[in-house]
Amino acid sequence: MRVLVALSGGVDSSVAAAELVEQGHEVVAATMKLWGGESDTGCCSVGDVEDARRSAAQLGIDHHVFNYTEEFDRHVVAPYAADHAAGLTPNPCVECNRHLKFDLFMRRADLLGFDAIATGHHARIGRGAGGSLRIRRGADAAKDQSYVLHPLLDGPLERVLFPIGHLEKSEVRERAARLGLRTAAKPDSQDVCFITRRDGRRSFLAERIELHPGQVLDTEGGSVGSVDAVELVTIGQRRGLDLAGGGSRRFVTSVDVEGRVVTVGSEADLLVGHVTIGDVRLAHGIDPACIDGKDLAAQTSAHGAAQPARLSFHGAEPGTTVVRWRSPHRAVAPGQSVVVYDGDEVVASGVVSGT
Amino acid sequence: MVAPSEYVYLDHAATTPLCEQARVAMEPLLASGERARPPSFGNPSGSHALARIATRALDEARERVAAVLGCAPGEVVFTSGGTEADNLAVTGGMPPRPGVPVCGATEHPAVLEPVRALDGVEVAVDAAGRVLPDALAGTLERLGGGTGRRASVVSVMCANNELGTINDLDALAAVVHEHAPGVPLHSDAVQAAPWLDLSVAARAADLVSVSAHKLGGPKGVGALVVRAGSMLSALIHGGGQERGRRGGTPDLAGIVGFAAALEATASQRCSQAARVAALRDELAAELELLEAVSPTVGTTGAAVLPGHLHLLVEGVSAEELLLLLEQRGVCASAGSSCASGAAAGSHVVEAIGVTGRDRAPLRISLGATTTRREIRAAADALRWALARLAERGGSPVLEART
Repeated sequence: MRVLVALSGGVDSSVAAAELVEQGHEVVAATMKLWGGESDTGCCSVGDVEDARRSAAQLGIDHHVFNYTEEFDRHVVAPYAADHAAGLTPNPCVECNRHLKFDLFMRRADLLGFDAIATGHHARIGRGAGGSLRIRRGADAAKDQSYVLHPLLDGPLERVLFPIGHLEKSEVRERAARLGLRTAAKPDSQDVCFITRRDGRRSFLAERIELHPGQVLDTEGGSVGSVDAVELVTIGQRRGLDLAGGGSRRFVTSVDVEGRVVTVGSEADLLVGHVTIGDVRLAHGIDPACIDGKDLAAQTSAHGAAQPARLSFHGAEPGTTVVRWRSPHRAVAPGQSVVVYDGDEVVASGVVSGT
Repeated sequence: MVAPSEYVYLDHAATTPLCEQARVAMEPLLASGERARPPSFGNPSGSHALARIATRALDEARERVAAVLGCAPGEVVFTSGGTEADNLAVTGGMPPRPGVPVCGATEHPAVLEPVRALDGVEVAVDAAGRVLPDALAGTLERLGGGTGRRASVVSVMCANNELGTINDLDALAAVVHEHAPGVPLHSDAVQAAPWLDLSVAARAADLVSVSAHKLGGPKGVGALVVRAGSMLSALIHGGGQERGRRGGTPDLAGIVGFAAALEATASQRCSQAARVAALRDELAAELELLEAVSPTVGTTGAAVLPGHLHLLVEGVSAEELLLLLEQRGVCASAGSSCASGAAAGSHVVEAIGVTGRDRAPLRISLGATTTRREIRAAADALRWALARLAERGGSPVLEART
């Protein structure tokens, strides 16, 4: 096959490219230049592009740079800021996968005559019950990235390859070292790629949206403190609230950005029995009737564990469903993705609209 | 995939192959070890016999360069290339000249960036990317009037690197003399040098930048012509080389190659310009028949360098167009690229009023080695690319920015 591999300059994608070369594919690499500003790896990610270019050269494959900075700004960065202003908790990695890697990049690969694209994600693609293609968790549970890949669950999986999904991270590094790739010991990327550790989320958002101070109330409506930016507060948050008095641990149970009010309560106040998700999408070969009420598991953050849950489509608005937790679960912030697994297969996903 | 040797190279404005005359001239200076003979390794700054032999080679090269560029040998300052020559001319050295540098909005970054670093002024250009005398006069008037600021240098390129359009330096020099007497006029002639006789085209400029690798010489060498009477100190301070205007041991092999390439270019200029312009016109006529393609400066009547063909292609991103052309073995350009190697938006195309990415800029630049076969291949490749885009659909192109 002719495969276009997305090479980020990190160890995972360079080993993914190496695997493809070893398998005998005709491989071309491309690095997406996504962010034009400062990042932890330097301005315009020039250092990452160089690592990608050198890895490609070591593997003997051609390497391109695709400039997607305007598209990244439009589809990922601007919505990230707008979501905060609207009191939502966005996941920019999900949006990047949705719009950049598995849309624009894939379309370009198609235009250029490639049969498939590949990335260095820790996830697998396999046949589910009934023979449909499904996204499955990566072999390394600690590094699994199937959660952020959920926009692809009903996409053209037959044209996507995750060549390192069957490997543990340590094996990936070993292979990189064995091949002498300069990425072998490069640290894993952390957090949001366009926000630097030095300046942080707050200063990034302050340049783009208006931040407002807010009151912090307890569940009885009594004032217990204040925050200087309600837009930065997320449900479930415990740290950084600067509350008066000691006592038991208090968590954010709700955020009202428009009313400039943050409510805190005990951990028990945070627990809910269900969550409603919108923009519901089902994996290939799944119809609501076959998973309604089935024992599944749902994951609400990239690094969290999936918890037992059932889906209930009955009575829900079209395009929405109710995720019923088997045991009470912490509330999930509006805007967050909920990914539903059957075993290690991604079967459904949605975005929290309200609890 | 196309083998590198089979590529159709139509990016001569970016760089052009070393010419045979330059290679032959440089060869003795690149001999190694025991085969090395004077003047291959002497340092022209020294005083012993081997140094003097090197000095003589440097002097001769300087005279040959001066003869082609139409200046005195003492007016040639060898540099590491066009970018350094531009930086030296715009700043006037380190510390910089007092005053505010002025340049055209379509200058190469080698001029634009030092002008911006010194908080300078950019003159608006016409639809062909040229600085018109009236626009320059207006800028110089505004700068003088009331603000108390004075121009330190006026920098207008001889011909634009993306569009190939040619500025009227005689007329612009007259404006400088009238509105800012005593202020030097600099011209970046890096693109013009392969095609125009600079002893005529750039005679009105006090400072002229030239680069060797654009005209068949080696990379890493260039020159700034500093006409007598122009004040200039060094940007790179060191051992007082180049009459104190550029420190550092000169790259003698590169300079000798530069001189040979410049002479070869001058001797073939008329015939090459006519031959290449005819090929370019043939390609333009064929491509402009395509519905999606329009000439960028076609209706302005501006004079354009023989090797340049700048087009706008509707409904495609520049990056995808170049990738498709490359699949057919054709190397062209969108005009500029960023440090990572990605295609970047062009300040030149923006300055002439073409905004957004709904029209892809495409620069096809021909050179001394360009053949009719390559022109045919380029036309075929562009037709194929447009058909492929129509069939598959490219990425959605972002609307024009407002």
